[in-house]
Amino acid sequence: MKKTTQRLSVLKTYKLFIGGQFPRTESGRYYAALDAKGNKVANLCLASRKDCREAIVSARGALGSWSQRAAYNRSQILYRIAEMLETRKDQFLAELQQQGLSRTAALSETTGAIDRLIHYAGWCDKYQALFSTVNPVASSHYNFSVCEPMGVVAIVAPASPLLGLVSVLAPCLAGGNTAVVLANQEKGLCAVSLAEVLHSADVPGGVVNILTGSKEELLPWIAEHRDVNALVYAEKDTATLSSLRTKATGNLKRIIHWPVADWQYENAQSPYLIADLQEIKTTWHPIQQIAGSGASY
Amino acid sequence: MATKSKQKIKPLRLAKAWSYSPAPESASIAQIKDQYELFINGKWQKPKRGAYLDSINPANEKKLYRAAIAESEDVEKAVSAARTAYDKYWKKMPAAERGKYIFRIARLMQEQARELSVMETLDGGKPIRESRDFDIPMACNHFFYYAGWADKLDYAFSNRKAKSLGVAAQITPWNFPLLMAAWKIAPALATGNTIVLKPAETTSLTTLKLASIIEEADLPAGVVNIITGAGPTGSALVRHGGINKIAFTGSTAVGKLIQQETAGTHKKLTLELGGKAANIIFSDAPIDQAVEGVVNGIFFNQGHVCCAGSRLYVQESIAAVFIQKLKDRMATLLVGDPMDKNTDIGAINSAAQLEKINYYIRLGKKEGALHYQSDALLPKKGFYCRPTLFTKVAQSSRLAQEEIFGPVLAILTFRTEDEVIEKANNTPYGLSAGVWTDKGSRIFNMSRRLKAGVVWANSYNLFDPASPFGGYKESGYGREGGWHGLLPYVTF
Repeated sequence: MKKTTQRLSVLKTYKLFIGGQFPRTESGRYYAALDAKGNKVANLCLASRKDCREAIVSARGALGSWSQRAAYNRSQILYRIAEMLETRKDQFLAELQQQGLSRTAALSETTGAIDRLIHYAGWCDKYQALFSTVNPVASSHYNFSVCEPMGVVAIVAPASPLLGLVSVLAPCLAGGNTAVVLANQEKGLCAVSLAEVLHSADVPGGVVNILTGSKEELLPWIAEHRDVNALVYAEKDTATLSSLRTKATGNLKRIIHWPVADWQYENAQSPYLIADLQEIKTTWHPIQQIAGSGASY
Repeated sequence: MATKSKQKIKPLRLAKAWSYSPAPESASIAQIKDQYELFINGKWQKPKRGAYLDSINPANEKKLYRAAIAESEDVEKAVSAARTAYDKYWKKMPAAERGKYIFRIARLMQEQARELSVMETLDGGKPIRESRDFDIPMACNHFFYYAGWADKLDYAFSNRKAKSLGVAAQITPWNFPLLMAAWKIAPALATGNTIVLKPAETTSLTTLKLASIIEEADLPAGVVNIITGAGPTGSALVRHGGINKIAFTGSTAVGKLIQQETAGTHKKLTLELGGKAANIIFSDAPIDQAVEGVVNGIFFNQGHVCCAGSRLYVQESIAAVFIQKLKDRMATLLVGDPMDKNTDIGAINSAAQLEKINYYIRLGKKEGALHYQSDALLPKKGFYCRPTLFTKVAQSSRLAQEEIFGPVLAILTFRTEDEVIEKANNTPYGLSAGVWTDKGSRIFNMSRRLKAGVVWANSYNLFDPASPFGGYKESGYGREGGWHGLLPYVTF
């Protein structure tokens, strides 16, 4: 028996994040998260089709209140996520390095993610000023077009395990959508830890749901699901993209492709990503034509 | 309209039927110093000539603190600190980092919101309910909102590269001290300018507290400078050759002087001045809701509001009923200690302002308008005015033409839309207007024809950092709030 005075550390169980709770996968399956050398560092849940369905149901349930919140309130919540992430920076640095990133890379992933959240926190109540219009129609009508969130958005997280994930999630949330995220399969640890950050940052349950598991297994199913309004795919694989587009035709799901090579670049952030996940609604309202035709008071 | 105007309506006399137990907010929440210095170049500095001005609590006329009077030497120091900070730090700072500083200010203000509310009420006399639920949260929100614009200016102005102006001189009024400071500072910082701000001499407290919050947020020294003092300080600031921009909120008379003063210079100028807003009630309006809106429109902040709905135009067919309901509602308004959470109408900001209001009340009576005042009990000490209205006011009456800036409502009637548009627009001012009707198409017709910077439909006195505010005509120019609020602080 090894004689030691060193304290034995407690290992963390990485679970799924559905409806504001942390359940294990209903399937009881798992897969191994590996470090750079191929050693196992933790078990991750191998989410099933049923977990996926649960996540979509939660996202749909949360949409009404999330999308109708004041934009300003969403802005505060995104800012709060950044605050939470800043205070847990060390945890993410450690996890990213555990998964094989250098310290420098881990640091720029983490600080980049925090600043990106701040950037999108600012957009929550501003993109409307860019993408909405008052339309000078010829008839006597007040005609205006405003943005509305698409609804439930499925997100296939990009390879950049924290910054990439935050970079696709933030514009989705800023625009009032709810999300079902399929975490990066190989580097899934910080996706689960990000869920803990979201959980403690006033993000209502169900607004973000995070699954770890096999893309190959779950993606086709998500792409076909009729209660998902849009799917964000942020990788370059054209075969996957084309298969997603094919499978999405059932409910004309919007397949949004953001093939960003490097999420560190400043132009990897933009209000056009928010706009990609918005519908435009135009309203016509009559203007009464009484009093002083041509009056120029 | 089916309403019978001769029908006798039973008045609501709640104020008499019920007596409210006092619900005072605690004054000790606010840590007020005996004396405040000037905040220049990140340091609290004594004024060169060592002069100070007492500020009293208008609710009880007791001295609250004294603030430094900045003389031209101090103005010089502040402007040069702002210039150095602009060249050395602020101009060069990455926009996203600039934004993060402003977010910090917003957060620190939110954390100290209760203290700020108490200070605002003690210093200016407005009901604690208003400073707590309106002034302070709205001020925080302005910082939070404009913080987000800092790194997004390339999107705000397509095809143009927005550049900051340099040093902005800002002068704020006494009616919403902290909120007006927020309206001025937040967009100026977000667009990359540095600041010298002078609050009104009767209400400097929350702006000085804001200076210490800015200090706490660790902004580079000199980016924001707060100098206190009265008219001469403002005048020295406006005349200073080292400023690039002037933002002034206050009276139309002073606004005109500033325009004259800056006419031959390159200083960019925006003015948010007086108003004499028409609040227009059509016969199909939801009457009780409209009565509430009119009360809010004229009695909010004792009527010390540039966009106060001080001219009420009621359609003739409902005038009798409407005015009776309005009087009944006025009878329930509690006038008194601003620190009491039940108080609806607090203290008039200063003795001089109370005298101005009383002058107009005497004038109205002399001009032959019918005077009505609630019989609210007033405290013995302090400056107070009962909610007041005048009926049978002529369009040409000074009550209907001049800004009173107090709880005095002038009521006029109209028959047709043509008539009311003509009357409502017959004023040199053009800050805001209210329209009350059940008919949407009429709202848009009215809002198209009213010459005012803000039109509130079936509502009044609504504000949001995302929504631009500012006037037509002699109510000034430039907008504060929203995307438009960035424009006064940039050049292309």
